[in-house]
Amino acid sequence: MGNHLLLIEDLFLEREGRLILRGVNLAVEEGEIHAILGANGTGKSTLAYAIMGLSGYKPNKGRVFFSGKDITEKSVTERAKLGITLAWQQPASFEGLTIREYLEISQRAGRGCFRIEECLSLVGLPPKNYLDRTLNDRLSGGERKRVELAAVLAMAPRLAILDEPDSGIDVLSLDDIMEVIRRMNRGGTTVLLITHREEFARAAHRASHLCGGRILKTGECEEVVRFYKNFCKECTHINEPELEKTLEKE
Amino acid sequence: MKGSVERDYSREFAALAEALGRAGGNPAALRSPRIASLVVHENRILGLNAIPGIKMDVEPLPDGIKAFVYVEPGVVIAEPVHLCFGVLPKEGVQRILSTFKIGAEAHVRFLAHCSFPNAEKVQHLMEAEIEVGEGATMEYNETHYHGPFGGTEVLPKARIKVAEGGRYITEFKLIQGRVGVLSLDYEVHLGEKAIAELVSKVYGKGKDQVRLREALYLEGAYARGLVKSRIVLQDQAEAEFTGEAVGIGPYSRGHLDCTEILRGSEAKASAVPKLIVVDERAKLTHEAAIGSIDRKELETLMARGLSEEEAVETVVRGLLR
Ligand SMILES: Nc1ncnc2c1ncn2[C@@H]1O[C@H](COP(=O)(O)OP(=O)(O)O)[C@@H](O)[C@H]1O
Ligand SMILES: [Mg+2]
Repeated sequence: MGNHLLLIEDLFLEREGRLILRGVNLAVEEGEIHAILGANGTGKSTLAYAIMGLSGYKPNKGRVFFSGKDITEKSVTERAKLGITLAWQQPASFEGLTIREYLEISQRAGRGCFRIEECLSLVGLPPKNYLDRTLNDRLSGGERKRVELAAVLAMAPRLAILDEPDSGIDVLSLDDIMEVIRRMNRGGTTVLLITHREEFARAAHRASHLCGGRILKTGECEEVVRFYKNFCKECTHINEPELEKTLEKE
Repeated sequence: MKGSVERDYSREFAALAEALGRAGGNPAALRSPRIASLVVHENRILGLNAIPGIKMDVEPLPDGIKAFVYVEPGVVIAEPVHLCFGVLPKEGVQRILSTFKIGAEAHVRFLAHCSFPNAEKVQHLMEAEIEVGEGATMEYNETHYHGPFGGTEVLPKARIKVAEGGRYITEFKLIQGRVGVLSLDYEVHLGEKAIAELVSKVYGKGKDQVRLREALYLEGAYARGLVKSRIVLQDQAEAEFTGEAVGIGPYSRGHLDCTEILRGSEAKASAVPKLIVVDERAKLTHEAAIGSIDRKELETLMARGLSEEEAVETVVRGLLR
C-alpha cells in the first residue's frame, strides 16, 4: 500500500442486475490531484459513490483502502470522519438549511482553516449575499455546485472526491474552479477529480482513464488524455469493454 | 380581608410569557405599553393592551373568551400584536371566538402563542372570522407548545375574506411536544388581486392524529394563493392533509405544496389535493411528496461527518423551520 492515500483493488459493482464496475484498480497518491477521465455512462459516479460508501453502492467484490486501512465495510459517516468527502455531481438541496449552517457542518467535520466567508469568496459567491440564503432549489445549479466546492474547502478533508465539479458551471469559470481545487490541494487535500472533459483532466497532476467500468490507463495527464481521445472518446463499448484488450496494448 | 380576595394569576402570566420566550419572542412585549397584547389563561383575561389604531374588545365566556379585534384603515402597526393563550392545568377547555377586521390599507402582524405544557385532557378550540380590507396586509403566526403527554385536542378553524389587493399571510406551527389531536380548518376567500399564503408545519409524535384542511377560494380576477404544508411524523402518528384550490376568478392562480416525512414504518400519512377550475383562465397546480427523508440529503450530511441520526435531525429541523 505504501504511500497511497486511496487504493482500490479489483472492484466489481452491480446495480439493478447490471455490472457497472468491472474490476477497478486505482492508486491515488497522497497530495496529488488525480483526474478520473471517462465518457458519460462509464461508471465514474458509481466509482465515486462506492469510495464514499453510499447505500446501494456496496461492491460485489474487491476492496477499498484508505491510508492503509481497509474501509470497504465502513459507513459513510465513518469514512467522512477518516477524512473522505464527496461533492456530488448534482448536489442535494435542503429546505430550511442555510448556506452558513451547511458550511459550518462541513467545517466541523474536518481540519479546515479557512473561514466560511473565505470559502464562499474563493468560489466566487459574495458571502454577504449568500451566507444566509437557504440551500434550496432556488439556487441555480451553478450556484449550488459552487457552494458544494466551498463546503469541501471548509472541511479541508484528506481526500475530496469531486464528481464533475465543472458541470453546470459556465465555461468561463473553469479556470476559477481549477484554482479552487489547487487551493484545497495546497491546503493538504488529495483530490480525485472526476470529469469527462480533457481540458480539466489536463490540469491535474496525474490521470486515470475509466472506460467500461475499468481503469484502462493511469499516468501523466497528457498521455491519458491522448489515449482517451484516440481510442475512447467516441467508443461504443460503454460497459461492453470487448475492445479493452486492444486498447491496453497501446 | 375575607373571602373576596381575587386569585393571583401572576404564575399563569409568567408561564405563558415564558413559552413566548422559548419561541424566540420577547416576553417583555407582554408588559410593554407600546405593544398591543392579549394574554388569556383558560377563560381569564390576564393582560390586555390596546394601542392607538387598534381596538380590542374582549369578554370572557364560561369556557373561553370572545374577542373583537379592529385595526383602523390606513394604520401601520409597527410592532407585532402579541396574543398568548393557554391552559396550564392537566385538564381544561379554552374556546377562543374571535373576529378580526383589518381596515383598508392597514398593515398588522399578529404573533400568537398557545401553551399547554401539562395537558392530559385539554381542549383548545379557536374559531376566527377574519376580514382583511382592500389593500390591507394581515400576517398571523401561531406557534404551539405542548407537553409530552399528547393530551390536547387543538381545533383551529378560520374563515378568512381578503378584499381586493389585500394580503393574508399565515403560519401555523406545532412542532414542540406532543399534541394528541390536531384538526385545523382554514378557508380563505380571495377577492381581485388578493393574495394568501397558508403555511403549516407540524411534527406528529406518539399516537398524534393530525388533520389539516386548507382551502383557497380564488374568487377575484388575478387572485393568488399558496398552501404550503410540512408534516413530519414519527412513532404511530398519523396525518391527513387536504388542500383545496378553487379557481373562480379569471387569471387566478393557486398552488398546493405538501411534504410529509415519515420516520419509521408505523407512521402514516396521506395527502389529498383538490383542484377545481371554474374559470378556464385560472391556473391551479399542486405538488405532494410523502415518504422517508431523501437518501441523498442524508448521505450528503453524513459525508460531512454527521451520524445518520444527526443528519435526520438536521433535515427535519430545516423542513419545519
Ligand atoms: N441506479 C442504477 N441502476 C442501473 N443502472 C444504473 C444506475 N445508475 C447508473 N446506472 C448505469 O450505470 C452506468 C454508469 O453510470 P454512472 O456511474 O453515473 O456513469 P458516469 O458518472 O460515468 O456518467 C450507466 O450506464 C448508467 O446508465
Ligand atoms: Mg457521473
